[in-house]
Amino acid sequence: MQENLIGGVAVSTKTVLKRTALFEVYKKYGAKVIDFGGWELPVQFSSILEEHEAVRKEAGLFDVSHMGEVLVEGKDAENYLNYLVTNDVTKIQINQAQYTAMCYPDGGTIDDLLVYKLENEKYLLVINASNIEKDFEWMKQHVEGDVKLENRSSDIALLAIQGPKAEGILQKLTETNLSEIGVFQFAQHVNVDGITEVLVSRTGYTGEDGFELYLAADKVETLWEKLLNTGKEEGLKPCGLGARDTLRFEARLVLYGQELTNKISPLEAGISFAVKTNKESNFIGKAALTAQKEEGLKRKLVGIEVTGRGIPRHGYKVFSGEDEIGFITSGTRSPSLQKNLGLALVFAEHAEVGTQLKVEIRHKKIDAVVIKAPFYKKGS
Amino acid sequence: MTKVTTNLLYSKDHEWVLQLGGNRVRIGISDYAQNQLGDIVFVENPDSDDEVTANETMGTIESVKTASEIYSPVSGTVVSVNEALGDEPEMINEQPYEAGWLIEVEMSNPEELESLLNDGAYQEFVRKGDV
Repeated sequence: MQENLIGGVAVSTKTVLKRTALFEVYKKYGAKVIDFGGWELPVQFSSILEEHEAVRKEAGLFDVSHMGEVLVEGKDAENYLNYLVTNDVTKIQINQAQYTAMCYPDGGTIDDLLVYKLENEKYLLVINASNIEKDFEWMKQHVEGDVKLENRSSDIALLAIQGPKAEGILQKLTETNLSEIGVFQFAQHVNVDGITEVLVSRTGYTGEDGFELYLAADKVETLWEKLLNTGKEEGLKPCGLGARDTLRFEARLVLYGQELTNKISPLEAGISFAVKTNKESNFIGKAALTAQKEEGLKRKLVGIEVTGRGIPRHGYKVFSGEDEIGFITSGTRSPSLQKNLGLALVFAEHAEVGTQLKVEIRHKKIDAVVIKAPFYKKGS
Repeated sequence: MTKVTTNLLYSKDHEWVLQLGGNRVRIGISDYAQNQLGDIVFVENPDSDDEVTANETMGTIESVKTASEIYSPVSGTVVSVNEALGDEPEMINEQPYEAGWLIEVEMSNPEELESLLNDGAYQEFVRKGDV
């Protein structure tokens, strides 16, 4: 998310930006469009705070078609993937999805991603938009045996309908029984009010229940309109990436480029549940990550609350007394909790809940304290 | 919310200046600026008796998404600060020209007003989008 700030106003640079198939529709719904890492995407439709609340209390609809999709097929697909990613791909069944990471040999993170098992020898990987080229190159370099890779990012669109009322709204448009789709499970070839071949997955990036809908890019506009019309009574709102960011932040869902980078391992970022150093197969980064586990982590991702006046932001330094002990990876004023909160990567000895720290905000060291994260849990 | 703003002067950094008589002015940010920022959740104004300098940082406004510096359109001494923004920063979104004002300044160099834009010129500046 690069912005030039001039006089308090974000100004987009005049480079050629990528767009999703829904770009022309954004305007109709009053979107404010800005540059998100080379993509021209809606930061908000009405207001980040209103959209955030809609997702927590009713439902919100997001266009996240900028996300990348790579198909992996072939007899050796499972072995190949299990060598490429940190989680154990052999543990998922058909119609199940798994959150995982892809690492360099030193344990630094290339990307975090979802692996969808479509068939026994066919998987769909969902990767971050800003990493599509990097990831695809890396995947190609490590192909071994009977594995075919196909970058489908530009012809697969993705909508996310999230919030307590998401299932009820979506159910009105399909015969498929959504209550049978468990968390991190999905159904393929679903018909959503005449739109065929939709992959409906109970996943998301908001900390709420909800679904992600993968479909052909040329059908996404129709689906967007149908969902918004159907969900009107329940309070479904079109939502931008601003609210997506505050929602995922409160739920402590990590964001590549902030909590995860090539210099931060998935263990440090606190997603050790996605790192199976004990799995049978070898995988890239295994030695480094195993060593981190055995020696104990030097750095940990913690939640902090700024108790003095100020909002922690990405990149701000964190101190214990005079010693710099880490930095803020993400921070904002939490819309749900009405507190100034941050995620910070700090040396492990400062990671305990209750530890008093300082955050440097515009050259002043402001009081902060380590608190429990996630800051928000569904239904709280 | 639309208010007659023809008596205001503006900087190209999107601050407005209202002349209150003598060398005293009130300063805020324009409707365009608040709209660009989105939901404002935090304001850091200078304190009373602080000196501010034209075109230099006088404080910070934070929206949910980002922190942005505010540049003073004039030089002088801060004589009043809108303390109500501490609890209700969203007043800047709701009433950027009224309850959402930021500070009042006793100008040390009133000639600086001559370099500011009048309402028509500012609206044109924003409309052209070369901001």
